[in-house]
Amino acid sequence: MTLADVLAGVIFVSLNAYALLGGADFGGGVWGLLARGPRKQPQRDLIAHAIGPVWEANHVWLILAVVLLFTCFPPAFARLGILLHIPLSLVLIGIVLRGSAFTFWRYGGETDAEQRHWGVTFAVASLITPVLLGVTVGAVASGSVSGARAPDTVFFAVYVAPWLTPFALSVGVFALVAFAFLAAVYLTLEAAEPELREDFRRRALGAGVALFGAALLALVLSGSAAPRVRAGLIFAPWAVPLHLLTGAAAVAALAALWRRRYRVARVAAAAQVSLILWGWGISQYPYLLPPDLTVVAAAAPDVTLRLVLGGLALGAAVLFPSLYYLFRIFKGRSQPSAIGRQ
Amino acid sequence: MSDLLAARSQMGVSLAFHIIFAVVGIAMPVMMVVAERRWQVTGHAIYLDLAKRWAKGTAILFAVGAVSGTVLSFELGLLWPEFMRFAGPIIGMPFSLEGFAFFTEAIFLGIYLYGWDRIPQRAHLAAGGIVALSGAASGVFVVIANAWMNAPAGFELAQGQPVHIDPIAAMANPAALPQAVHMTLAAYAATGFAVAGIHALLLLKDPANAFHRRALAIALIVGAPAAVLQPISGDVSARHLARHQPVKLAAAEALFETRAGAPLTLGGWPDVDRRETSFAIQVPYALSLLAFHDPGAVVKGLDAAPRDEWPNVPAVHFAFQLMVALGTYLALVGLWAGWRAWRGADLAHDRWLLRAIALATPMGFIAVEAGWMVTELGRQPWVIYGVLKTADAVTPMPGLIVPFLTFTLLYCFLGVTVGWLLYRQILRSPEIPEWRGFYMPVDGRGRVKGEG
Repeated sequence: MTLADVLAGVIFVSLNAYALLGGADFGGGVWGLLARGPRKQPQRDLIAHAIGPVWEANHVWLILAVVLLFTCFPPAFARLGILLHIPLSLVLIGIVLRGSAFTFWRYGGETDAEQRHWGVTFAVASLITPVLLGVTVGAVASGSVSGARAPDTVFFAVYVAPWLTPFALSVGVFALVAFAFLAAVYLTLEAAEPELREDFRRRALGAGVALFGAALLALVLSGSAAPRVRAGLIFAPWAVPLHLLTGAAAVAALAALWRRRYRVARVAAAAQVSLILWGWGISQYPYLLPPDLTVVAAAAPDVTLRLVLGGLALGAAVLFPSLYYLFRIFKGRSQPSAIGRQ
Repeated sequence: MSDLLAARSQMGVSLAFHIIFAVVGIAMPVMMVVAERRWQVTGHAIYLDLAKRWAKGTAILFAVGAVSGTVLSFELGLLWPEFMRFAGPIIGMPFSLEGFAFFTEAIFLGIYLYGWDRIPQRAHLAAGGIVALSGAASGVFVVIANAWMNAPAGFELAQGQPVHIDPIAAMANPAALPQAVHMTLAAYAATGFAVAGIHALLLLKDPANAFHRRALAIALIVGAPAAVLQPISGDVSARHLARHQPVKLAAAEALFETRAGAPLTLGGWPDVDRRETSFAIQVPYALSLLAFHDPGAVVKGLDAAPRDEWPNVPAVHFAFQLMVALGTYLALVGLWAGWRAWRGADLAHDRWLLRAIALATPMGFIAVEAGWMVTELGRQPWVIYGVLKTADAVTPMPGLIVPFLTFTLLYCFLGVTVGWLLYRQILRSPEIPEWRGFYMPVDGRGRVKGEG
């Protein structure tokens, strides 16, 4: 295993953390949009309450992945920037609107109409951004972000065709459903009232079943669109154990939800989504951008990689205790009230 | 509009937008922590209200800063893929470190904003302190990366490609320290004076308001010392430019000819074709004196570079003059306020000083924008000075005017919204009648609290 492999792995871990944490914040926005029934407002309040203290920290996982990518694998970053300019720009607009609308919603609304306005902007941005993120992943997995391109081809063929495919869109839908699933599972643990918890349990069960459908759709479409990933996912020696593990996690998540074992469900759901991500990552290894750019070929010189790794170790020494503190305060089992105040 | 110009405009708009939020994100946490500390010491609720208002302001501005910073990190690849291909391995390191500083800032801001009732007072204050420190650190890391573009170091060129890369030497480039100090001071001066100016204006209308009086004092504590130190840092930066980026200094000073005993050109309109500056005031020997601390020193002019490697001279000259003029004003007002405070005067009763401070409200931010125009426009046509031209770094994608207009509209909309929210949430006077009295109300134990 080379140094470049280690750093590619770190980037993937960072993306995985973004999917589990930042992804769930997007999923929360989706449930805000779909809030209905007698507890519509309490549902939305719970979502805002859950996202508020952590969404900015969760968002940094994406930034970390991006800066590590352009430091350690600059040719890959340059190629993504050129060929996926349009979907990535749309992702950015989604990220800007989601983050600012959430903040304006929490700090800005004096009237109900204004509150609703920002709440809706937040929710719609939360719906669209995951689809576009998934589309970019689908485009990479399908090998259409390729270095070979004729200089005289038309705009559509170079800048739109690589990502506007049924397969890439199916990955976008999959990402959306996965984020919504994670959010609903996490929210069962955030809710204090049993009725609210039941609301999100039902949503989690529904999203969990929908996730099977979305995964199946993506797998079927991968046949012609992403042959390398598909071949990896079916024929590689690690494929069967991985599928067994993923399937076990998925069944465990649904079973735990059914039996109202929410902590188990949270672990299982996070494991399920992570395993699917790693399945994608391992199946396209050693390629960073299939079909032609490998991890090693895209890597920066060793001196840079070594320094970044050192920086990562230092950063992690600061980051993990801080993150632990953040989540202990806001996501801990018992939330102490009014220590040292008043 | 050419694609190159559209890409440069989009990057410029994104930076100009983000820098405001980045600057406030560095300085406002300091004010919020000072106010909270005053509250813990004096027990007076005015300080708590101030700390909470500034925390709200930080929350709104940090959120917009975080997402607009994300846009910039992607835009490096979306607009300048060839630049990143070249520069990533050399100068990615400070960006990675900035990632962690930003992480720390986001985590502890979350703890600060939502943790008022959940953690002990001391931990809460410490969380605010960490937000302030990590905010300054992330600013410094990003400025180090920008400084490298101005004074590239830490690699050698072989057939146009970087070899013998040394990321540590790249971070220790000669522009890093002067730029980092100048930008950090600018952040405190701009934010401090913006907040002080608004409260000074409100004090002029409502002179007996205790709330605005305390806010003014804390904002000046943050802004005035930085504004007074800034000219010294500016002098260091100018001397750095004279040695390492002579073309930028020549453009800023509208100096067309290399000469000994160069004069300082104040104002005027540089005519690039005739190579002279009309309507300007010339101070003999002053530029040589400022640039090298020697009235006879030779200062390189624009003629030291080929004509096609000149930046937009009138724009750089104008931006530079604007920055220096505004910075000088802030420094003088800072000195005036400091002198009055040192003599024991009550600043909130000095109406002329209040007027001067109120006038300064937008100046720091305009100076920050002008300063970035000097450093970025002044480096053109290079994206990495002397190494890579901006035109060779841009993406091959056509139609870049579309994303440029889209992001410009988005940022205009966000800017207006944020301005409105800040006015409503932070600046409007609190509706507590007893705080409208000039002196602090008496607390339960019968003594006057909260002087300071």
